[in-house]
Amino acid sequence: MLRDITLGQYYRTDSAIHRLDPRVKLIATFAFIISLFLVKNLWGYVIAAVFLGSCIYLSNVPVKFMFRGMKTIFFLLIITMIFNLVLTPGEPIVSFWKISITYEGLKLAVLMAIRLVFLITGSSIMTLTTTPNNLTDGLESVLKPLKVVHVPVHEIAMMMSIALRFIPILLEETDKIMKAQMARGADFESGSLLNRAKSLVPLLVPLFISAFRRALDLAMAMEARCYRGGEGRTKMKPLIYRRSDYIAYIVLIIYLVVIIVFGRLLFR
Amino acid sequence: MSIILDHVNYIYDEDTAMAHAALIDVNLEIPKGQFIGLIGHTGSGKSTLIQHMNGLVKPTSGNVYFDGKDIYDSDFDKKALRAKVGLVFQYPEHQLFEMDCFKDVCFGPRNLGLPQKEVELRAYEALKQVGFDDAYFYQSPFDLSGGQKRRVAIAGVLAMKPEVLILDEPTAGLDPKGREDILNLIAKLHDEMGITVILVSHSMDDVADYVQRIIVMNKGRVFLDGEPKEVFRHYKELEGIGLAAPAVTYVMQELKEAGFDVDTEATTIAEAKNEILKVFGKC
Ligand SMILES: Nc1ncnc2c1ncn2[C@@H]1O[C@H](COP(=O)(O)OP(=O)(O)OP(=O)(O)O)[C@@H](O)[C@H]1O
Ligand SMILES: [Mg+2]
Repeated sequence: MLRDITLGQYYRTDSAIHRLDPRVKLIATFAFIISLFLVKNLWGYVIAAVFLGSCIYLSNVPVKFMFRGMKTIFFLLIITMIFNLVLTPGEPIVSFWKISITYEGLKLAVLMAIRLVFLITGSSIMTLTTTPNNLTDGLESVLKPLKVVHVPVHEIAMMMSIALRFIPILLEETDKIMKAQMARGADFESGSLLNRAKSLVPLLVPLFISAFRRALDLAMAMEARCYRGGEGRTKMKPLIYRRSDYIAYIVLIIYLVVIIVFGRLLFR
Repeated sequence: MSIILDHVNYIYDEDTAMAHAALIDVNLEIPKGQFIGLIGHTGSGKSTLIQHMNGLVKPTSGNVYFDGKDIYDSDFDKKALRAKVGLVFQYPEHQLFEMDCFKDVCFGPRNLGLPQKEVELRAYEALKQVGFDDAYFYQSPFDLSGGQKRRVAIAGVLAMKPEVLILDEPTAGLDPKGREDILNLIAKLHDEMGITVILVSHSMDDVADYVQRIIVMNKGRVFLDGEPKEVFRHYKELEGIGLAAPAVTYVMQELKEAGFDVDTEATTIAEAKNEILKVFGKC
């Protein structure tokens, strides 16, 4: 049941996208998200869709798997659409009671939904094709300039990688605890809201206890290996750009130029 | 009162690159009142198999019947099934959550919608049945030792008065004394209450003395299924899949090879002793 959450999960396979340097993927994702907000016309969305589609195709991740994670944010999507539909002032199409749906609202709602779907698909391509370790390595390296202003970049990256590492473990643990309590007749799915909230206690208490125990164990293990932060620390596998990474950067720049020219400047 | 598994297959993470068949064409019948040992190497699918028996895991294909009814029929009462087929998981840490042990054991019967008095009576009885000391009744379950935690976890399921009791490696992580205590306790529950018991374990030595039937799992399939004597006769094959017959079987086999006329089918220490004494004419 919990395994349906694919958001932020790594999909193990081999592809051109999997092999890219994590820094490329981070920067490309960031640039892609910004490009979505620069777009001013339909052409822009078409170009973004083509770019996204090619990335999905190249990533070798089954489309079915990628969109299974979308189910979890479907709710968020609907709410955003409803707010946009009813709260945008303009020329009404239909109106009943005090609410009216406007032409501008409809347009905004559809565009917003497309943007959100693109944004999430784009970021999930990154997480699906990059191991958490690689991702945080990349992040640490991309953010390194911030060290000058005393941002603890290494520590942030370390915390992130630990957090990411523990997500699947804790999900699995949650699954086991749920089963153990269901075997004792616990019911997590029906009843009033209050009852359902109450039914979470038998799930959360063992989960928290286990999380704390794991945290303590990990801290101990890190200290036992003399971990003391990022100062003077070297990497076993330093990140090195290869030819395919430079090609990817060039493709990214071409995409950005095309989308800005066609999606924003040429047709208004 | 029997459980039947009919051509059950189960695949973890179906539709992904990580797809993994954990159960392959499993056919079993668990009659009422039997004491069964379920043995298999790590990852052979034991835990997955037992979770099919109370409807926690739905087979990818195949059917599970309880008392002749398909448990995945839409009108089948799953909650009632889970009360009748009690499952104690491998780690007590996964189920203990209350402030004190007594309250924790109350959780199961309360979920059955019983009146408060009945709930407390059952909890008290269950804790007594597992030989839990009164002094610890109102202590936090997290402060207990491994063996005591396990007793509370077993009591938590017993309090629901199941007809079938399934225990997933109840002896893992216990010292020899703790192991024997728990195994004796389970045997007592079977003898006194007449419930069906399925005991999951890695070790033949654990179960050989107690059970009437042994099911051996290997890589998701039922490898052997029969009385302990029958199963141990295949001790060479058992070694091939990373298991071993009880130490007694080896002693008897070697005595036989050395020319003593002993019955190699002796599986418990008591039987072996009798056999050996007989050979030397002392009995
Ligand atoms: N939640 C899960 N997701 C994916 N695969 C799993 C999951 N649980 C178990 N498996 C896989 O299914 C197979 C059977 O696992 P199972 O837990 O049933 O084995 P087991 O016989 O109980 O082993 P053990 O003696 O170690 O408890 C294993 O290969 C395991 O890797
Ligand atoms: Mg197991």
